[in-house]
Amino acid sequence: MAMLELHNVHAYYGHIHALKGISLTVEKGEIVTLIGANGAGKTSTLRVITMLLPPTEGQVRFEGEDLTQYPTHVIVRKGIAMVPEGRGIFARLTVMENLEMGAYTRTDKKAIEEDLERVFTLFPRLKERRRQLAGTLSGGEQQMLAIGRALMARPRLLLMDEPSMGLAPILVESIFETIQQINRQGTTILLVEQNAHMALQIAHRGYVLRTGEIVLQGTAQELQANEMVQKTYLGMA
Amino acid sequence: MSLWKRTLKLGLLGGLIAVYIALTGMPLSLSRRAVIGEFTLGHLTYLIVFAAFGYLRAAQMRKEKQASAPAILAHAAVTGLLSGLLLALLVLLGQRVDLGFIFISAKPQLYRLLTFQQANLTTGLVYLVAAGTVLGLLFALPHFLPKTFHKAVLSAVAITLVLGVFSELVQRTILKYALGSFFAYQGLKPMGALWLFVITFALSWVYFALRPYIQVQDKRSQQVLGNQPSPETRLLFTLALLAFLLVMPIVILQKDTYLLSVINLVGLYIIMGLGLNIVVGFAGLLDLGYVAFFAIGAYTVALLTSRGELGRGWDFWAALPLAILFALTAGVLLGIPVLRMRGDYLAIVTLGFGEIIRILANSDWLKPWMGGALGVLEIPKPTLFGYTLKEEYQLYYLILAGILITWLVAHRLYHSRLGRAWQAMREDEDVAEGTGIHLVTTKLLAFGFGAAFSGLSGAIFATKVGSVYPYSFNLLISINVLCLIIVGGMGSLPGVVVGAFALVGLPELLREFSEYRMLFYGVALIAMMLLRPEGFIPKKPTIYPRLLVRGASPVRAEGSKSKQ
Repeated sequence: MAMLELHNVHAYYGHIHALKGISLTVEKGEIVTLIGANGAGKTSTLRVITMLLPPTEGQVRFEGEDLTQYPTHVIVRKGIAMVPEGRGIFARLTVMENLEMGAYTRTDKKAIEEDLERVFTLFPRLKERRRQLAGTLSGGEQQMLAIGRALMARPRLLLMDEPSMGLAPILVESIFETIQQINRQGTTILLVEQNAHMALQIAHRGYVLRTGEIVLQGTAQELQANEMVQKTYLGMA
Repeated sequence: MSLWKRTLKLGLLGGLIAVYIALTGMPLSLSRRAVIGEFTLGHLTYLIVFAAFGYLRAAQMRKEKQASAPAILAHAAVTGLLSGLLLALLVLLGQRVDLGFIFISAKPQLYRLLTFQQANLTTGLVYLVAAGTVLGLLFALPHFLPKTFHKAVLSAVAITLVLGVFSELVQRTILKYALGSFFAYQGLKPMGALWLFVITFALSWVYFALRPYIQVQDKRSQQVLGNQPSPETRLLFTLALLAFLLVMPIVILQKDTYLLSVINLVGLYIIMGLGLNIVVGFAGLLDLGYVAFFAIGAYTVALLTSRGELGRGWDFWAALPLAILFALTAGVLLGIPVLRMRGDYLAIVTLGFGEIIRILANSDWLKPWMGGALGVLEIPKPTLFGYTLKEEYQLYYLILAGILITWLVAHRLYHSRLGRAWQAMREDEDVAEGTGIHLVTTKLLAFGFGAAFSGLSGAIFATKVGSVYPYSFNLLISINVLCLIIVGGMGSLPGVVVGAFALVGLPELLREFSEYRMLFYGVALIAMMLLRPEGFIPKKPTIYPRLLVRGASPVRAEGSKSKQ
């Protein structure tokens, strides 16, 4: 049984049909990436999984459990954490407070402290800056904070929305390395990216979305070799 | 030449401001409050502009270090002269054309005031321009004094003027035994002003001269303690403050009814401010109908305790919890329909709710129960251990208790899990929900707590005033409370106190000023946004090592890092 399973999911923003029957699976231990242009429905798919955008039709199952019955704030307790698009850090809270908010639903103090240490090992910069207001961090540091905060929930599945957005190329590389590292430590990752090139390098499998539909799927190698993907998303002639 | 160009610019700007102030009518309506001898607050409103611009021009030139001392003085004098000239032009123009058509304050009385009541117009105009020049020059002088003298002169001028304007602060308090002889019936005697200036100058000079030494010590203790005062210092400070607050009305204010009534009003606003601060400052929900809960608290106490026809004659202490409970319930109930609204939409809906409550209280429909426009009268004062709290200084303690309780609750809430959830929600609702915050309960709790505080304030208001009328609960109160939070510093508790004193206390002490209250608010808000957008006392980020590895406190960790 797949860890996450979306079956024929439809979702609307008002009258706009954003997702038109999305079906995808994420297996335990994988990095799966969703690639596609602006407005293809990548972010909407993540919003459906966290129930910020409840689907009108179709099923969303996580570890066999139907997620559609839960409101957003319960999803995190099920083991799914999200790194939101545009980082979505709490700007006027300190770095430390942001991280604590990540563990908001947890009560196991000892384990939280372990996770905090883990985040600080992963991102030593955050430890240096833990007393600083999050809004005063640089873009890269904010992205680290957003990832760190999501990890503080100790998720089994991590949803990441455009972690490379607005970052300098060198930072993008190090963020992607970190994503791989997190995955190796045992967290399954569903990664939404416009930077298909980087995403396919670290992902195991991928889906290509276009106007709310999945048009292509396969292993990362298959997608990298696909002519359409090369032309449209990897910018090769 | 560009130096003169800038002087011209600044002088004309000062003139425009002086003309603006004159046309608002402030010089006239404030001319009945003497500050020093014949010199009134009315004069002060525009003369201070001349002084300020002369000072500013000198400050600019000193900073750029381009000019010699006499040149700087000349520029400052010309700045003042230009400002005075522009105001003189207004008077001249006013003699020819009836400006009263457009500017209702442009009356002959205004011109007479501006020309120092001189019978001969030319003499008066010369005096006016001369005043500008002399003030511009005079206030350029401090720049050539050593720093400590410079600061001491300015603070002595400020203190003398403030005490002159608010002569009640001396005449009605313990200060009268020390300084009373300097004061006339209202304002300072000229000689008294001089003495006061000398004394405050000497004291400020000592203060500014000694300050570097005090600060060095502070810095050393900061290094040891890591920016935070030690718990002992804090406790001592808190105890001292409490002791001060307890003895203040009797010892310092001499049980003065007028001053205490102002302070009590400020106190009620502080309680409301602490409540709205939860809603707006902590949780980021813009609520413009906050007065509704104040009204609900007040009407609950009024209707339950009144000895009149409408009342039930309960005891205040029995009615108080109900007042808070009703306000809290109303807060939660209002919260439900607006759960999905954000920002401006929320503001508009809450604004409507505030008006609905007032209109209901005012309506003929509810008149048999709530008294309509006639209000509810004969609300008794609370009794405590057999004492009736009927004097202002007795009510002061009731309000003080209210402030202390709400302060403590707000403080604890801020640092609680709930407080953290509020702040996260304020920053980003979606993300907050994603971290597991239940938005519905979190929002409703913010509305509920805020409303409960307001209800408490309203309950005390009802018993303090002894009667409630619908028009006591207009929109202006909501705006006042919001402004004082913004001016004080969003989310900051001490900011609420400072904001309440600045925006409620000051205008209340200067009753003639109430006409210009809105102007004052506008200026205060704009100035705050430009100079200190975070407010007077910004909320500091909370720093605490709660989850850090035990044993390694961040203070020590940082200290050791700096040594490496």
